[in-house]
Amino acid sequence: MKHFYKIALLVIVLIGLQVTVTMTDRVYYLTQLTMAAYYTMAVLGLTLLMGYAGQISLGHAGFFAIGGYTSAVLTTFNLRPYSDSILFRLLDTLHLLQRREDLYGELIINVNPVIAMVLAIVISAVIAYVIGIPVLKLKGHYLAMATLGFGIIVYRIVLGTPVFGEADGISDVPPFFFFGNFGISGDMDLRIQNYYIAWAFVVLILFILMNLLDSRVGRALRAIHGAEDASKSVGVDTAEYKLKTFVLSAVIASMAGVCLTHFNGGIGPSEASVMKSIRYVSIVAAGGMASLWGTMFMSTFLNFMSLRGYFGSYDDAVFGGILILIMLFAPEGILSLSFRRWFSKLFSPAEDG
Amino acid sequence: MSAELFFQYIAAGITYGIIYAIVAIGFNIIYNTTGIINFAQGEFLMLGSMIAISLHDFMPLFPSIVLAVIITMFIGALIELLFIRWLEGPSILRMIIITIGISILIRELALAIWGESVRALPYFTGDEVTSVSIGVVKVSPQVLWVVGICILMVIILQIFFQFTLLGRKMRACATNPMAARLCGINTKNMVTLSFMLSALIGAVAGCVVSPITYSQYNMGTGLAIKGFTVAILGGLGNSLAALGGGIVLGLLESFSVWVMPSAYKDAISIAILLIILFVRPTGLFGSKETMALKEF
Amino acid sequence: MAILKINNLSKSFGGLKAINNVSFHLQEGAIKAVIGPNGAGKTTLFNLISGFLKPDNGSIIFKDTGIDGLDAHRIATLGIARTFQHIRLFPGMNVLENVMMGRHRFARTGFLSSMLNMPWKRREEREIKEKALYALEFVGIAELAYKDALELSYGQQRLVELARALALEPEILLLDEPAAGLNMRETAEMGILIERIRDKGVTVLIVEHDMTLIMKISDEIVVLSYGEKIAEDNPLSIQKNEEVIRVYLGEEDA
Repeated sequence: MKHFYKIALLVIVLIGLQVTVTMTDRVYYLTQLTMAAYYTMAVLGLTLLMGYAGQISLGHAGFFAIGGYTSAVLTTFNLRPYSDSILFRLLDTLHLLQRREDLYGELIINVNPVIAMVLAIVISAVIAYVIGIPVLKLKGHYLAMATLGFGIIVYRIVLGTPVFGEADGISDVPPFFFFGNFGISGDMDLRIQNYYIAWAFVVLILFILMNLLDSRVGRALRAIHGAEDASKSVGVDTAEYKLKTFVLSAVIASMAGVCLTHFNGGIGPSEASVMKSIRYVSIVAAGGMASLWGTMFMSTFLNFMSLRGYFGSYDDAVFGGILILIMLFAPEGILSLSFRRWFSKLFSPAEDG
Repeated sequence: MSAELFFQYIAAGITYGIIYAIVAIGFNIIYNTTGIINFAQGEFLMLGSMIAISLHDFMPLFPSIVLAVIITMFIGALIELLFIRWLEGPSILRMIIITIGISILIRELALAIWGESVRALPYFTGDEVTSVSIGVVKVSPQVLWVVGICILMVIILQIFFQFTLLGRKMRACATNPMAARLCGINTKNMVTLSFMLSALIGAVAGCVVSPITYSQYNMGTGLAIKGFTVAILGGLGNSLAALGGGIVLGLLESFSVWVMPSAYKDAISIAILLIILFVRPTGLFGSKETMALKEF
Repeated sequence: MAILKINNLSKSFGGLKAINNVSFHLQEGAIKAVIGPNGAGKTTLFNLISGFLKPDNGSIIFKDTGIDGLDAHRIATLGIARTFQHIRLFPGMNVLENVMMGRHRFARTGFLSSMLNMPWKRREEREIKEKALYALEFVGIAELAYKDALELSYGQQRLVELARALALEPEILLLDEPAAGLNMRETAEMGILIERIRDKGVTVLIVEHDMTLIMKISDEIVVLSYGEKIAEDNPLSIQKNEEVIRVYLGEEDA
């Protein structure tokens, strides 16, 4: 358990944060910290793809939106008119439907969010797989433009299709309770619980990705990034590795989209916008491209600042500026500037082991 | 579909197509001298037209356009001086991200200056309802302005690159920067020049098309990606082919409205981009051999 | 017994015939050298065998299986390893990790078991490390295992690349100018090392400019000129072959 200490430290910081925020009467901060956690999840997946496998994606918000919208559509679509169908009865006997009342007290019957989440994951994995096969053959500008194009297509589709609520998006998405009252919901009273659930997801993803990078697979990914020809010469199926990484990062983004949609109780087309994708890229860049921890810190910090509105109407400009400054002066990320060495020593005393 | 509507679609397709072609040529000019795809290319059109619209409050139409084009050229030069010139051997990934950042900053700056309002330059001759008959078709005179000025620009560019010393110097940098440097050509200045040149044609195109398409702070991204589609259609670096590619895309887009809701119009051209990238990244007119020489 | 058969192989770039109708066999357990003036098509030949290029014509048979047209990683997985004329190590990895990459084809741990840190992943990882260290010992640089690979001297980097190729436990090893950039002492040591690799039962195909080294270690030599095979014989006969002498002297005249 090489990563145990890092993760333990993170958990302590998270608990400390919650306690401090509660004691200083600023519990409302937890809302933004929860949202930041879900964005962080998506960005961590992108770090794997961009930083380690070396494949840029300018359309990652597309996958986030695919997850969010799939779940939102499924869990708000009223199945009551279809209550005679066989599928409905089957789902009902399996307890995969949930009943609730809408604002006017009318009974609506929806699919359980669990099914929605599973379907969202499957759909985004399939889309990533199908898109990934041709896209990942491209390099450089072509890859950048193709992924950007994918992102814009998703954006245009959600913006122009009535099922997805067009410009208004989808609202009134029910909470996602795992059991009883425990789960993802926008309920003010459940803020602390939601904070921990969201960060549990981040810790889980961090743990999984650290394990992945610290393995034959992670080594192969770094090899592809560093010298693609040489990695082929030792038998690495570079196309397969890139594709699997692409699918994995898409699935993570889509899961994050599902969670945030249930937390916010809705999703709008801005989640699919180009600017969102670019924001993810700028966070990965600021975190140091190939650094899960750097990405996590920068993502939490920047998303929190942005969500609290500290950047005002300059929100997009801030992220554009970050992109330029990082790429001009510190292409290895901010943490690489001067205290990177000091920093990494602090966290990993014996790298040789 | 009536014959008249059919020809309207063709006219619209050609108008948009030529604008896309101008964006594509802007891509090509910078790409040929630097190997960079300037993601902020669409922003030049936005800047040119927005500045001209603002200047038009104080002066007649043509002086304001000329002044706007000059200002945009200087912005183009400034971008190169600030963000590109002093980088040594930057990776493609780095350049992509930097030019994306530049385009965001320009867009946000435009938002701060001009707000979200949609503006337009007045028609150069006549107004919205004036029309000229060409055979059976009636088109707005502005369409003729767009087609005329853009084709004129393409011709002038060809002459510039083929027959003038400066144009030849720029081409020399494109084919072999090392040899060009040995011959005493200041390659860095040529790069600055290429940014100014593509800002120039972008600004001109932005101005002539503004009366028809209107201008807004965020018009750049869409134009950039369509311009890139056209550049790829024609084969990156090939400007005459870009003109053909632009008209093909413009027509496809124009007629797509016929079979699909117009909300998906943008998605169509991007889908075309993806298909071309997947099937034939050398472009419809490009050859594999020349592509192999380009660094990607 | 011929372990690799190359039959009527051709490859052209545009109008240039880089390899034109070349055929030869590689005997199991032998060292075979490919020589020829610059631009003779030696590296192209290597790229064709290792799958980095696809031939226009002809076939490459490895132990009764046609491998022409297979992807590079498939060919490596079959047990044909190669080194590069311009050393290609993985940046950001230490020497040991570079060599561990050579064990890729023997490991089975995939994405899922890596993410979940399954016990067999850790077992396999230990095994990979052991075998990689063994390969480093074999080439004699075990003490550099934890150094950053790109900070080593040129000669040491060559050895790292060789150890990485050996970690594949290849049946055929393709060496593209292994002595390029080495000094005389290092070249001699490289020669001894290549002979030791052959003695382990690995068949070696080598492209090299250093004639002293070639004449000393190779069992057979193929001579290429402008993409065509002009001679194939043992070193002594090659040295006397008039056609070969003409090609080489002709090059020196130019």
